[in-house]
Order: sequence, then structure tokens, then C-alpha cells
Amino acid sequence: MALSRRMFLSRATALGCSLAASPLLTPVTLADAPGENRLVVIILRGAMDGLDVLRPVGDPLLASYRPGLVREAEARSLDGFFALHPGLGGLAPLWEAGDLAFAHAVSTPYRNKRSHFDGQDLLEAGTGMDVAKTREGWLNRLLQVMPGVGSETAFAIGRSEMKLMAGRAPVSSWSPDGRIDMSPQARLLLEEVYHDDPLFRDTSVEALEIAESLGLASDDSFGLSSQDLRRAVKAAGKAGDGAVLADFAARRLTETARIAAFSLGGWDTHRNQTRGLNRALGALQDAILTLKAGLGPRWQSTAVVAVTEFGRTARENGTRGTDHGTGGAMIMAGGAVRGGKVYGDWPGLAEAALYGRRDLMPTSDVRAYIAWFMRGMYGLDATTLEQIVFPGLQLGADPGLLA
Amino acid sequence: MAFSPDIAAIRFGEGLAPAIAPPDSVAALLGQLDGADAMAELLPVPRASDLLPEMAEIRKLNKAARKGRNGPDADDLREAYKVAQRAYTRKLDALLAPVLGRSILSQQPFRERLARFWGDHFTVVGKNNLTRRAEPTYVEESIRPHIAGRFEDMLKAVVTSPMMLDYLDQNGSVGPNAKAAKGRKGLNENLAREMLELHTLGVGGAYTQGDVHELAQLLTGMGTDLQQGFVFRAKAAEPGAETVLGLSYGGGPASVEHVLQFLSDVARHPDTARHIARKLAVHFLSDTPDAALVAAMADTFLVTDGDLRAVYAVMLEHPFAWQSFGQKVKQPIDFVASALRALEVPVRSLAQLNRSRARGYLVAPMMGMGQHWLRPGGPDGWPEEAEAWITPQGLAARIQWSMAVPSSFFRSLPDPRDFVEVALGSVADEKVSFAARAAETRREGVGLILASPAFQRR
Repeated sequence: MALSRRMFLSRATALGCSLAASPLLTPVTLADAPGENRLVVIILRGAMDGLDVLRPVGDPLLASYRPGLVREAEARSLDGFFALHPGLGGLAPLWEAGDLAFAHAVSTPYRNKRSHFDGQDLLEAGTGMDVAKTREGWLNRLLQVMPGVGSETAFAIGRSEMKLMAGRAPVSSWSPDGRIDMSPQARLLLEEVYHDDPLFRDTSVEALEIAESLGLASDDSFGLSSQDLRRAVKAAGKAGDGAVLADFAARRLTETARIAAFSLGGWDTHRNQTRGLNRALGALQDAILTLKAGLGPRWQSTAVVAVTEFGRTARENGTRGTDHGTGGAMIMAGGAVRGGKVYGDWPGLAEAALYGRRDLMPTSDVRAYIAWFMRGMYGLDATTLEQIVFPGLQLGADPGLLA
Repeated sequence: MAFSPDIAAIRFGEGLAPAIAPPDSVAALLGQLDGADAMAELLPVPRASDLLPEMAEIRKLNKAARKGRNGPDADDLREAYKVAQRAYTRKLDALLAPVLGRSILSQQPFRERLARFWGDHFTVVGKNNLTRRAEPTYVEESIRPHIAGRFEDMLKAVVTSPMMLDYLDQNGSVGPNAKAAKGRKGLNENLAREMLELHTLGVGGAYTQGDVHELAQLLTGMGTDLQQGFVFRAKAAEPGAETVLGLSYGGGPASVEHVLQFLSDVARHPDTARHIARKLAVHFLSDTPDAALVAAMADTFLVTDGDLRAVYAVMLEHPFAWQSFGQKVKQPIDFVASALRALEVPVRSLAQLNRSRARGYLVAPMMGMGQHWLRPGGPDGWPEEAEAWITPQGLAARIQWSMAVPSSFFRSLPDPRDFVEVALGSVADEKVSFAARAAETRREGVGLILASPAFQRR
């Protein structure tokens, strides 16, 4: 294992509570892997409106479905049929350079209920609807089947579990401000108290070990100083979540990490979508550009994949927003991506072609695109991808995503 | 295992306290729900509608400041707005003390737990300057009076509450064919969907997208006015009848009565009964509750038309409620509340904390434990599973808090050998009792007890 946790942690300690080491409140998941290929997965929580982000302006129905939304902002034409939301205008050079691509009319196998929570669980579990609810995530299953991935190589940083990473492959969780102030005697006693309770025992080994690596002694009686926390939260707010998380991920990806995943919220745009989406897209754009800048020449071997739990309604609703739908879009960026192209089969917007006469019809499985990246970047075979990483997936024809 | 006073206090209350006797029977536990709400009287929290005049005033000052920003009084106007806004924010920040204080002092702690349970079931998050910290006032007004009453009444109170209408975007929803639409405004489905998915039938319930859409139409007209609170705007209501879950509502002149009729019906739906029964059992008993218990609770829910006290009685009288002790882990707010209660932290001390200390001792640590006070991530509220809370970083934050914060409140902490009895009673195990004896300092002894599985589990 090239990077020991201690090394990583001491590095984090050196940075102290600096922002770069402290992506507060949002976990970043990292994993080491052999080779130079890098995969970054960004989960867009809240159901991004694919029809607004990647607008089929070539279809006159779009304007009639969305008189308020389409009118409000100027979109940049990509290929004559699709136009890009102005909130991602900063990515135009990537499109020109062939480092930006989209897939439209995609979704997970989730249908009909349109619940964020179930939709996100399914997106992270990577299963089909017919598979029993699992607590295991596809990224964790990838680690289980990928050769050369050692133990203790994945870090979920932050405070909440990311289901993407849940599963049997070893994962360490760490929060930068969980310092513990206590004596060796108290530590021994605590281990003893936890010994007979499996959940606490297993968790505390890591909690204590990691916290100790950060240094026990703290002159503040309460290690988690509210001032530090406030400062970090404030700075994070200023810089924008996207840039903070991406900066942290990029730094690790230039070291030994090869896979990173984090999530960005703010996509549930039931009202005033223009404003909400501009903000959310700004964070996503910041994240992608920060990754590119941070990765330098490694950008060439990187694929960034941004996916969301489902799309939104074809028609705008009564409050200048959209409600929960089905088919949506995904965003792919990076030098490893064969860009300048919108992938997927476009189903059209005619009412009869919509899913339930209401949502964009999904014509391909979002999992297939991720699987093709894994196949191309990490050499996983089709059977493993279709049966283990994404149970029930049919890979289909190779879309040729890699540059 | 049968009824035990200590388990009753820990599982269904806020934990043990030195000066408060635990309930001695299921009847006594249920009896905490009868009579006056003593804590609401002793440690008052304003009701959401009490805030309306102040909210209206702040809006007015803000408007004046914006309008006059280039005029000669610009500075004064802005200052007046800022002063009012700051005072208002301080007032809401100060609610942390009575809310936690009730958990510390209550002789009816089952009420406090239920208020939190239902507040989470009907999650709202304040989305603007005026509502950001106002959740406790929503719970005070719309939840608390109904926790031992009928589910239907709570549902109606919640769905007509300005905070819920704002949180789930109902305020702007207008019937596409309503007078107020003028071809420009229309529906928003958010409240309709979450009401069916989260509040009543449950995500596995028997509803379709068609039901969501029809319900969204039925809900049009429900809205908020900053002067009056809830209002029904007939002009915004979609004309005609709507069919939701197979029944038709409305048709004549638009009226809130049609919505209330639907709420009565959905509140008695068998799927709602099952969903609520299961949620209660999962919250109080086990992440995987006994199926027969859940079925019995749901049956009672149905035959009593959602009499919640009767449903709780079935839960508490069932052997599973006592056999399954220890399967749940306290959520961070419950953990902090029960620790403060066991330590007898004076409510006065909480009230005197300045903003930065309140944050440092309470809000930030709970964040570290995974629970940002008043800011759940979505309308589905906080997770229930033990594994969601006992993560390495979450547990590290619990240990850190246990070791550090109690000594911030007291110059001298209790003797750990006594405190283990106070905090855990008959639930103490040999290991935690040993640790309490063997700790080098009072601070660490108390910390070890609070950080122990025995204190974290319920």
C-alpha cells in the first residue's frame, strides 16, 4: 500500500483545520488503485433537470413545454440540436477540446415512484429494482473485484456515510476535527467498555486510532473548537462546496488515490428553477474546473462522471420549476473522455413518446455508462460488471466513451 | 423481560435523572400523556403564529431599507432592519435552552420524545431568514398539542402550517385553470408527493403518479399570508373535482373543507396505519421490529381512527417493547439531552450560554455526531439505523463530547461510582461499573460512562 493512513493523517494534521483538509459536512470517498486512470463520480442529489441542463432546443416542443424556463436564459448551442444551460457556460472550452460529453435520456432502473430517497439509494446501490434492498454500494463492490486494491485504501471523509461506499471492502472513515482528549488509561477502559458490543467495538477501533493519529493533546478543553468550525464553514461557503471538495479530491488523486466520489446538493428545483439551477450548476462547474486545474497533466487520464437519481418533468410546473420525473442527463468530463458528443438515443418530446406522457423517456441505463468507464479504465470484464458491480445490468453495445 | 422502570425511562423517556423517579408501570408511562403539558408551561416556546407580527414587521423594515437605499435615510433604515432581524434571530437561537431544558426537567419525558418523533416525521426546514431557526415554534403549534390525540388532527395542523406550506413549495402552487393562474401560474407537486410518500401512506403505499398529480390539484389554494398565517385562496384553487386514491373531492365552490376531507380519509387509510405503526416501532424499539407488534399497532390505529395514545398503548403493552431493549442507539439530540438530564445541568446554565458557547458545547458537537440541529438533509428527516449514527467519526464526536463538555458546565463533576448508578441504574453492566471505578479522574470516569454502549443504547 503506497499511502499509509498515518501518512495521510499526518499530512492532514499539518494542514490543521485548513479548508483543504476539511471538506465539512460532505463526505469524499477515495480509493487507491493501480495504474494511472482516474475516475471521479459526482452524485447530484435532488434530481437534476436534464432537459434544462442539456436542452433539446432543436425540438419546438421544448419551448411550448417550458415557456418560462427556456425564455429566461440564453443557452449555448452544442451540436445544433442540443444547447447547454448558461450555468455551465464555463465548460464550453472543454467541449471544444473534446473533454466534455453528455448522455441524454438516461436513468437508473428506478421507475414510477419518483422518491428522492429511494432513487438515490438505488443510484448508489447500483442494483436493479428486482434486487432486494442492499446496503452495499457499487463503488465498494468495484473495490472488491478490482485486482491490486489493498485494504484500508478507501477513505470516506466527513460525517455521514456515503452509501456508494457501503459494503464488505474495507473502508476507513475519518473526520478532520474528531480529536479526542483523554489519557491512555481512559482509552484502555473505553476499549474494554466497547469490547462486548460488536457495533461499538468495530467502530471504536477506527474512531480511537484515527483520532489519536491526529494528536491527543489539545490545550482547548474541547478539541472541536467552535471557532475553527465556524471559520471552516464560512470559508467553505465562500469558496463554494464544489471547489472545496474538488480541490481536496484532486490533491488526493495526484497522490495515490485513483477513484474519488462526492456529492453536490441543490438540484431539487420545484420553484424558481433558473435561480436554483444556476447556483447548483455553478458548484458543479467549479468542481470540474477545479479538478482539471488541480490534476494538471493527469487530467488526460481522468474521467469525471456526474449522475443524478432521476430527471424532472418535461413540462415546467406552475412555480417556474419542475417536479420529479424519470429520464435525465449525465455529464462526463476529462481528458479520458471522448467528448464533444451527446451520447444516448434521443426519444423525442412528443407527448406519446414521454414516459407516462409526462417525463423524458429513459432509453439507456445510467449504470451502463459508468460500467463502460470501469471496463475501459480498469479492465473489468462484462460478466463481473453485469453480475457483481451492477447486478442485472445489460451493458449493451460499446458506446465508445474513452478518448 | 417484562416492564422495568429504568428501561421505561431510558427507552421511552429522556433517560434517568437523580431527582426524578422513573415510571413504575406502563399505565404511569402512558399517564405522562394525560393532563396538562407541564413543560410547555414551565419553559415556554412561542407558537409559530406568535411570530407573525414580528415577521411582518421585519419584512416591512427590509422593504423600507431597500426602497430607501439611495435616499438620505439609507443608513438609518438599514440599521433599523438589521437591529430587528438580529433581535429576532437571537430570540429563536435562545430556544435551544427551553427545548433541551424540557428534556432535563420533565416529569413527562415520553411527551418530549414523541414531540421529537413527530417533528421528525413531519420534517420542516426553514428556508429563509425568518424561518431558518423557527422549527421549534412549528412543533409547539402544530405537533405538540396532538401527540396523544388523533393522527388526523396532527396531519391537518401540519398541512395547514405556514412552515410546511413554505418548505414543500405549496405557497406558489396554483391550479392551472384557476382564476389566479392567468395562463402563467400552475401546479407544484412537492407537498402532494411527500405527503403521500413520507407523511401518510409510505413509499410502498398504494398510490400512483396520477394520485400525486390529482392531490397537487386538490391542495391548490392552500397558502400562507404573513399577517394571518394560513389562508385558503379560492382563486388559486383548481376548479372541478379531483380523484385521489379512488375517491372524489370537491367539485363545488373551492374550499379548504375538501382538503380537510381528504386528510381525514388518508389519515385512516390502512397503508397509513401500517406506515405509522412501523415508524413508531422502528423509532422506539428496533430497526427490525417484531412484525406481529407492528400489525397489532396498525390494527389499533385502524379501529380507533388513528387514536395515537391507543397505538402507543399497544406498543408499550407488547412484550417485544421490553424484550428488545438495547437494539436502538440514541440519536445525537437524544444522547445530549439524556446526558444533560443525568448530570442535572441547570437550565439556567444553558440559557446563559452565549451564541459561540452554545455552538461549541451543543450545536457543533451534535453536528460532529451527524446531526445538524434544525437542518435535516431532506423531508425524510433523520436516519434511524444504529449504523447510521455509530460511525467512526460519529462515535469519535460522542466520545469527545462525553470527555470534554460535562466539565465545561460544572466546576466539580459527580463521583463516577455514583454517577454510573444515576445514569444507568439497573442497566449498568460490569464493564462500565468497573470503568467508573478505575478511571483516573472524575472527568474521564463520567466521560467513560456517557460514551459507553450502555448509555448510548436504549
